Amino acid sequence: MTRSWSNYHTPATVDEALALLQRYGGSARVIGGGTDLLVETRRGLRRPFEAMVDASRIKGLDSISQDDNYIVIGCGVTHTMIVNDSRIIRHGTCLAESCGVIGGPQVRNTGTLAGNVAHALPAGDGTIGLLALGGEVEIAARGGTRWMPAKDTFLGPGKSVIDRQQEVLTRLRFKPTGRSEGSAFHRVMRPQGLCLPIISMAVRLRLDEDNTVGAAGIGMGPVGPVPWFAEPVIAALLGEPASAAQFANAAEVALDNVTLRTSKYRATEEYRKAMIRTYLPMILIRAAQRAGAAR
Amino acid sequence: MSRLTMTVNGRPVDIDVPESRYLSEVLRQDLNLTGTKIGCNEAECGICTVLVNGTAVVSCVYPAFKAQGTQVETIEALSHNGSLHALQQAFLDHGAVQCGICTPGLIMTAKGLLDRAGGEAVTEDDIRTALKDSYCRCTGYQSVINAILQASGQAVPPYLPKTREAGHAVGKALPNPNAIAKITGSARFTDDYRFPGMLVARTKRAGVAHARIRSIDTAAAKELEGVHAVLTHEDIPGRNAHGIVSVDWPVLCGNKVRYVGDAVAIVAADSEEIAAAALELVKVDYDALPAVTDPIEALDSDAPQVHEERPDGNLLKHIKVRKGDVTTGFGEADVIVDRTYRTPTAEHLFLEPECSIGVPAGYDPAAFGGQCDELAVRGETAKHDKTTIYAGSQIPYLDRDQAAATLGVADHDVRVVATLMGGGFGGKEDIAGQIHVALLAEACQRPVKMLYSRQESLMVHPKRHATVIRIRTGATRDGKLTAVEAILYGDGGAYASLSEKVLTRATTHATGPYEIANAKVDCFAVYTNNVPCGAFRGFGVTQSCFAVESNMDVLAEQLGIDTVELRRMNALDIGSQTSTGQVMRESVGLKECIDKVDGDMRSGDFRWTWDDGHRRFAWGVAVGYKNTGLGGGAPDKATAEVEAWSESDGQLSAEVRISSAEMGQGLPGVLAACAAEELQIAPQRINVLLGDTDYCPDGGPTTASRQSYVSGNAVRHAAKDVARQLAAAAPGSRIKARHEYWAPKTMPLGTGGDMHVAFSFCAQAALCEIDLRTGEVSVRKVIAAHDVGRAINPLTLEGQIEGGIVMCIGYALTEHYIQEDGIPWTNVMARYKAPSITHAPEIVSHIVEHGTAAGPFGAKGVGELPSIPTSPAITNAIHRATGVRVRSLPVDQDELLRAMNDSAADLELAWGDRKPIPAIQFGGEP
Repeated sequence: MTRSWSNYHTPATVDEALALLQRYGGSARVIGGGTDLLVETRRGLRRPFEAMVDASRIKGLDSISQDDNYIVIGCGVTHTMIVNDSRIIRHGTCLAESCGVIGGPQVRNTGTLAGNVAHALPAGDGTIGLLALGGEVEIAARGGTRWMPAKDTFLGPGKSVIDRQQEVLTRLRFKPTGRSEGSAFHRVMRPQGLCLPIISMAVRLRLDEDNTVGAAGIGMGPVGPVPWFAEPVIAALLGEPASAAQFANAAEVALDNVTLRTSKYRATEEYRKAMIRTYLPMILIRAAQRAGAAR
Repeated sequence: MSRLTMTVNGRPVDIDVPESRYLSEVLRQDLNLTGTKIGCNEAECGICTVLVNGTAVVSCVYPAFKAQGTQVETIEALSHNGSLHALQQAFLDHGAVQCGICTPGLIMTAKGLLDRAGGEAVTEDDIRTALKDSYCRCTGYQSVINAILQASGQAVPPYLPKTREAGHAVGKALPNPNAIAKITGSARFTDDYRFPGMLVARTKRAGVAHARIRSIDTAAAKELEGVHAVLTHEDIPGRNAHGIVSVDWPVLCGNKVRYVGDAVAIVAADSEEIAAAALELVKVDYDALPAVTDPIEALDSDAPQVHEERPDGNLLKHIKVRKGDVTTGFGEADVIVDRTYRTPTAEHLFLEPECSIGVPAGYDPAAFGGQCDELAVRGETAKHDKTTIYAGSQIPYLDRDQAAATLGVADHDVRVVATLMGGGFGGKEDIAGQIHVALLAEACQRPVKMLYSRQESLMVHPKRHATVIRIRTGATRDGKLTAVEAILYGDGGAYASLSEKVLTRATTHATGPYEIANAKVDCFAVYTNNVPCGAFRGFGVTQSCFAVESNMDVLAEQLGIDTVELRRMNALDIGSQTSTGQVMRESVGLKECIDKVDGDMRSGDFRWTWDDGHRRFAWGVAVGYKNTGLGGGAPDKATAEVEAWSESDGQLSAEVRISSAEMGQGLPGVLAACAAEELQIAPQRINVLLGDTDYCPDGGPTTASRQSYVSGNAVRHAAKDVARQLAAAAPGSRIKARHEYWAPKTMPLGTGGDMHVAFSFCAQAALCEIDLRTGEVSVRKVIAAHDVGRAINPLTLEGQIEGGIVMCIGYALTEHYIQEDGIPWTNVMARYKAPSITHAPEIVSHIVEHGTAAGPFGAKGVGELPSIPTSPAITNAIHRATGVRVRSLPVDQDELLRAMNDSAADLELAWGDRKPIPAIQFGGEP
């Protein structure tokens, strides 16, 4: 096989990482676990590049922390760390659930949520979970860092606002679910062919005292070129009772607002519709139950 | 080059390596820790799993420098001073080691789990979660789960069905003799061998389905620095063709290419990178030809011709079975069921991709500054006095003869050393790189290694035949089968391989293991421009069984007769006559198999189907049978050599030598038991040397479930001879004996009489769970009974059974090798899913032992049998649960949900199918 990169760097600071990117002027690639990039590289689907910049060992960015407002996940944090984190299990359940189904155990041990989000696949499971939680990402550039909502980072399949030649996704954060809040995730797969979801969905709900939906976040994919933060569905739920009828209606609203595709050897449009009708209400119910339990 | 510092297996490592290295490469190549195996380089199969700082990672996509400063653990770290780690001991005890290629990955993944549990017991769920992406193609996972439970401190005994009382050695549950090497990482597969001066070889593939070659230009490739040879058809000294049955497969194509994987040129170079670059420089100019990729269309008179010179065109073989008169038979029937089924092309997915090493005659490692690899060869033969091929092969002698023909030398001027095989399942019978490395080694006068990538393996080697089968089954009101008529079309692909034999077996077994007075079966084996099809565990019977056993359930429903009872009342028994006219005189344990499975299934609070919320459970039943041995008039023999001597402790030791292949089925243990029984010594005192054509007599091909029977008999008789001579010899004598064993004569199809020396039988019941909301199907439990004649080694036998069942679950639910106009869509392992541990059901196994008189200790074949009836058992369960009759495999949840919602009776689009099952007419002269 052709060698795909010549230099491997493990920067210890963000500045070091940014300096490396500048030095290679576009022919370096940032990786977390590298589990997507390296498989594609192995298959010869990527052109060789000069350097690999491994962002998993940047000091301070290899752990999960919690401050007054947010649970913060460094770009070196693996899916396995998220799945096993008691704070995320409790206050970001759908993220723990979604990270728990990515790849296989070995891939989860190296793959990172930051890599999943930065890769901007239409249905990256961790990404869907983070979207529903209203997650944000921190992007470091030489001019400084900025936070932005994760939902605004996706431009197309595999395309992100993050300028990979100059920028690094350094941290992710979300507001932990609190009183009367709950979240849930579900993914439908098939046992044949590529391990890509037929549909991945995550929801976050806050229930008001009268059992109406006080706040919501919903992430879905693949329902288009980018992971979808389902605003019309959220709007339809807000202020409405957390009832089976409303949740069933949410699925119809979702279907009214997306263009589902038939993808060869994966799923028909009809099947994807059926799965949204089956599972979106179900995870809404599950999230509502969890919200109820968190009262 | 940069400094890589880490701790590997407790020892500091500090080496200069390129920063572009993967961890697997550093371990295997720089540190010579070849216990870590490579199956795909795609992060799919998990066999390269190692621990980095205690965490399981796939080393094939793990950059070596990511491991900078870490603690790395590989399989080699586990045993200390000869004492095994608890996991290794447990894998040994439970027989969770078969071909062994995945074993290090399974054990290391499990070690990560147990270490994390910190001494707490783990659950079966924990194991299924942790090993989800650690594949094994042999075991079926039940033994793996039990072994890990044991290693975590739980008292879980090996799962062993009841078998007849053991003799001195025969009937004892013992680990396969090579299992220790496999669990410690010292077992060497072909890619683990290295010779001083060895070059890397690669093959230029056609990449197109059908084309005429205008020119091949190798000039630029030859000039590339580091390239030692570029060979084409013009460089072949002898025969430019190979093939097991018909010699129609070019070693290197010169005139035209007939499928995407055809070899056009071969290259040997200093490194993999240079070899790859050289392939790019080989320029082949083609005139594209229309490709024919549908076996039915291929028989049209205007279809493109795959082999223009053949008088029969694309018809490879028309195979016929005739018995009685079907018109009369159907006239007697009260109910006739007529359905058409389709089965997919299937891939063996042995986890070791093909690898061959060629060593030139007269090779002297000292010329390259090296020494003989004492581990690689028997010490006394390390001089390589003839062209030598190291390969994991199912037929070493035929590899030898075919390589000799192409080299233009005598058979005995080539030696094949059969190395351990990381799974075969029929897929390592045809030539892969064996002839190519011999040519290159001689051209370069250096050892040459050709390792297929997983992607190349998927593209090149023969698959299981896709078939379309129409079958009409008639029965009287009280359930007596009166006639079967069937027509089969089998896609043979571009070359003959074993198509004729495989599809003959599909044809002769197309009536099922039932007594039926009237049968008419026609099968058309057809050339197409698809990837060739050949042998695959079940050898055609897997396909026809799906059709036969599906029809049986439809028939039972229409007759209102219990589906098990319908099978029991028609089952072959002593005195029955098969569709080919063979009268069964002995060893027909089918009814006992049916009774065992039925009794077990119906014990307790039995229901055929029930609901639990949105999940519906249902049972389905199917039966199967499979011939032992080549049969059909083919001479079937094996020659074995047994040598015995007294050790200094006064005890007798022995060596068994035979070329038969071990591919994870446990043959060395079976042969050791056969010899030990005759010599009355412990089987552990017997060394079994397999597959070296200079040291082992010819055991024949490892195919047709024949080795326990044919080689077992050869070894048994040779050992008996040694025992007899020992009794008369002076103490301390060294006695050697050879025995050439001929299996009982068989008759060709169409002549009546005994077509086969024996048949093995089985019944299986599958409990399936169908998610009514999604159409997802899973198999929860399989109850099985297999009549194997005699269980020579119950531990490895059980491994064969469980592995075969899970492989057939894959056939029913997950596997389809998809080609689009002759180009594989399934071009990476990520697109071909074999069952993982998450798909593996609980398996309850019963062993039935109706001995066959001529078999060794009564044994008959079992290798293929378990992989035959599972798929119809599953689809019969699906029908019971949903009312939908699955007529094409593998089951598509999308289509199944649609069918359930539409209350459709049939499902004829499988996952990967793009068009409905074609309508075919019965044909063939009466």
